[in-house]
Amino acid sequence: MSTAIHAGSIDRSVLRRWRDRLAHFGPTGWLGLAVIAFWAAAAIFGPALMSQRGDVGGGDVFAPISAAHWFGTDYLGRDMLARVIEGARYTVGVAFGATLLASGTGTLLALLAAASGRWIDGTLSRALDTLTAIPSKMFALLMVAGFGSSVTMLIVTAAIIYVPGAYRIARSLAVNINALDYVTVARTRGEGIVYVMLQEILPNITGPMLADFGLRFVYVVLLLASLSFLGLGIQPPEADWGSLVRENIETLASGGAAVIAPSIAIASLTIAVNLVIDNLPGRAARERGAR
Amino acid sequence: MGALVVVDKLTVSAGSATLVDALSFTIRPGEVLALIGESGSGKTTTALALMGHARRGCRISGGSVRIGDVDVLSLAPRQLRALRGRTVSYIAQSAAASFDPSRSILDQVVEPACLHGTLPRGEAELKAIALFRELALPEPETIGQRYPHQVSGGQLQRLMAAMALITEPDVVILDEPTTALDVTTQVEVLRAFRRVVRERHVTAVYVSHDLAVVAQMADHILVLRDGRMREVGATERLLASPQNEYTQSLLAAARPATRTAGTARDDADVLLRVKGLSAGYGAPGPGGKPAVTILEDIDLQLKRGQAIGVIGESGSGKTTLARVIAGLLPPSTGTMEFDGRALPPALGARSRDNLRRIQIVFQSADTALNPSQTIDRILARPLQFYRGLKGEPLRKRIDELLDLVKLPRTLAGRLPGGLSGGQKQRVNLARALAAEPDLILCDEVTSALDTVVGAAVLDLIAELRKELGVSYLFISHDLHTVRAVCDEIVVMQYGRKLAQVARADYDRGPHHPYYEQLARAVPELRRGWLDEMDAQRKAA
Repeated sequence: MSTAIHAGSIDRSVLRRWRDRLAHFGPTGWLGLAVIAFWAAAAIFGPALMSQRGDVGGGDVFAPISAAHWFGTDYLGRDMLARVIEGARYTVGVAFGATLLASGTGTLLALLAAASGRWIDGTLSRALDTLTAIPSKMFALLMVAGFGSSVTMLIVTAAIIYVPGAYRIARSLAVNINALDYVTVARTRGEGIVYVMLQEILPNITGPMLADFGLRFVYVVLLLASLSFLGLGIQPPEADWGSLVRENIETLASGGAAVIAPSIAIASLTIAVNLVIDNLPGRAARERGAR
Repeated sequence: MGALVVVDKLTVSAGSATLVDALSFTIRPGEVLALIGESGSGKTTTALALMGHARRGCRISGGSVRIGDVDVLSLAPRQLRALRGRTVSYIAQSAAASFDPSRSILDQVVEPACLHGTLPRGEAELKAIALFRELALPEPETIGQRYPHQVSGGQLQRLMAAMALITEPDVVILDEPTTALDVTTQVEVLRAFRRVVRERHVTAVYVSHDLAVVAQMADHILVLRDGRMREVGATERLLASPQNEYTQSLLAAARPATRTAGTARDDADVLLRVKGLSAGYGAPGPGGKPAVTILEDIDLQLKRGQAIGVIGESGSGKTTLARVIAGLLPPSTGTMEFDGRALPPALGARSRDNLRRIQIVFQSADTALNPSQTIDRILARPLQFYRGLKGEPLRKRIDELLDLVKLPRTLAGRLPGGLSGGQKQRVNLARALAAEPDLILCDEVTSALDTVVGAAVLDLIAELRKELGVSYLFISHDLHTVRAVCDEIVVMQYGRKLAQVARADYDRGPHHPYYEQLARAVPELRRGWLDEMDAQRKAA
């Protein structure tokens, strides 16, 4: 808010903006927000509140839902509820972190490409095209082989894999905005490239980019699951939700709770993220609200 | 043959708002009724209701529409589909947006006839060709094979008329069919429309905001405002003695008075001197000439406090001239001098003070204001950027600017989406004024506005010139607006400057033939102007 008029009005206008934003939320938006808050709380406080731990096995294998095991038990007889709650940390943390990194980097590079000259645009676009050409699983394999598997590693790998997609979408949006008269006016005023990027273009592409963020989040969750399947992801006995589905896949035929519980967790989180994003006032909502 | 149209207490509402309020009128068979009013007055809504159609979110909530013996509003959806395009047809404002770009024109023109089964395909094609000929389209036999992007805007508009007329409808609705066209093209299209409408004796509804155009087309005029009828009457009567106050203001705005504001003194120093300027797009070829030349060898001199108008049809290079002066497109040859000193060609090489002193105001206020910034932020930026204002002085200056362009201060906190077209254009001007420039480049600033709103903006421009002494380079395709505010007129065609006419000589001839042609092409606000033009043409 570098351009807020009064020093005192900064806080007020930011608060008002957020209040307006939340006022636009329909019931679906609030539902999504509640689900995300629930999983975030589960990731942070869940393990401390649990009476059982996910790494203690030895009970019945694939036990059904019961008072002792709310989500049943997995293929080693471990409590599924505890496994899901502990897995929330990885899925919410790693997937969210990686998506944020991918979308953020992609958007920033796209803004730079759109707002600056042909050379920077060309170089960036070709470089990221090259990245797209490398199969993502192969790339992940290479990264893990080279640097070992850790949470940071996973976040960075997933981010690199999804930067080009975010970049492509953000660039196509930003190039359109960049051709509009108000950006031309800013240029003739003598504004620097950073101002044009962040003040003139960025606010007008946030809506679609947030929608893209929701989509990309789902991809990252799936990528993490498939990496775990190859044994490159979160290392056992720890497990994210994707690997929980994978390691209990045998019980799918019998409809076991062990595979359904983490699937529902993934579904609920991704749907919730998209619900919230759909309810953020984008361009259409802004025009609707303004009238 | 045309049908009788009787509209009784037609009411259209959107939510709780009433867009058209108990409107009643009658059109006798074969007559043309014009619906006139500013944007938002409900004229298009009324026209669409004649076909039993209401736009998304709107509802025809009362009244009746009778075409011949048919009560349109009581028809079932299937019967409505049979009516539309057959009994009532519609010609929209933007033909470019109404044609499917991926199908040939003939295919689309014969579609209504095939859909309604009035003619077999072969006969429909012959009929379409006859219509093309009647509408004075070039190469009537083969133009149908082309695709929409291969014909000009004026031709496309006439092709759409052919599409509307192929089913021999009883009623034709023309919704601002010439608004998006150049003046010279507009005359051609009007001529063609009028002939087919007269010869077929169809009943027509002509929606427009331009009284001068309507005067050539309509037998009766109905003036609408806020969804209510202000006045209705025969064209001659309404133009000669308007009863309603709003009609009077419309008429006044359509005859722009010269705004004699602060003419430049003869001894004023030269602010901008352009010499031998050429510019274009694409990579420079041999001899440093760009691949596509837009401007060639332009000389121009603008004195301090002077307003120079640049007119020409679209594609004449007038906007490119403004872009070159603003530094957005470096010229290939030629020099520019600003206030006695050489003006660097590229934006990056200009000093901040140079940038401040030349401001550009664009045609479409919709795209010239960032939709995610509030009005005070838009106005604050140049003040902070050039003058480093902040806090209370900044606040005060923004209020002053809003006063200067006659906007209420309460608008400051709003986003551009909440402003009307005229208000946006005022903010657009205020932003340029915030830099306290010496020269403002106005690119078609009133073209997108209604007559009354546009006249108010022109008043403002003239007034600012008197008060602040800024100079203007005023680009427009409309000779009337240019004549109203400018001391001199530069006429451009195909990227070249053809003539320069001073204010004192506006009405004294003879001028360059192209200027004369442009001047003649502006419809005059009286009946029979087009007939006289036709008569002159035949005599010549």
